[in-house]
Amino acid sequence: MLVLSRKKDESIMIGDQIEIKILAVEGEQIKIGIVAPKTVKVHRSEVFEAIQAQNKEALSASSSFLEQLRKR
Amino acid sequence: MKIATKFLGEIEIREQDILTFEQGLLGLENEKNFVLLSIDADLPLAILQSVDNVEIGFVIAYPFAFKKDYSFDICENDRNQLQIEKEENVLTYSIVTMKETFQESTINLLAPLIINMDKKCGKQIVLQDNRSYPLRYPMHTLEGSAK
Repeated sequence: MLVLSRKKDESIMIGDQIEIKILAVEGEQIKIGIVAPKTVKVHRSEVFEAIQAQNKEALSASSSFLEQLRKR
Repeated sequence: MKIATKFLGEIEIREQDILTFEQGLLGLENEKNFVLLSIDADLPLAILQSVDNVEIGFVIAYPFAFKKDYSFDICENDRNQLQIEKEENVLTYSIVTMKETFQESTINLLAPLIINMDKKCGKQIVLQDNRSYPLRYPMHTLEGSAK
């Protein structure tokens, strides 16, 4: 992992189209601005983790679900 | 060919019906080959079954039956990956998390499955944060029709 130190209002370029800017540092929270082309998806990593966990939870559905539907 | 399925026992499928999910599903990156199985024509539900692994079978739902105004854009990258040319051959499904009762069950509107039936390929996409749809949307409100 590349580690860089940045101060408020400084930024980092990733390639020549993606800019990550430190907008504010408030205690433990850091506000980041991201400028990227539309084709680049930006997500909080928790979103991906939550979806992965949800997929696994969905898999644990028991095969009795068809009966449940009939009971509905 | 015959495959074992999680919900429907052993069934016969045609090789040309196999859908390729190049990137697998989120958290299940190695599962790339699936088939869509219908269960009951009256219900807006289907099954997405892995061809290679009997345990990997999902109940999936036609999301517009549960949320009429569900809408999103498929970004250019995903369109290219799925070789989408005409919208009408593209299906959208949401993975269902079944609970004890139907009322407690939810569908995942945040990361829908996009399937191009022409090219027999699919992908689970993640919708952008800003218009965020829930990961667990309650199923009990059946709003639209199944068709």
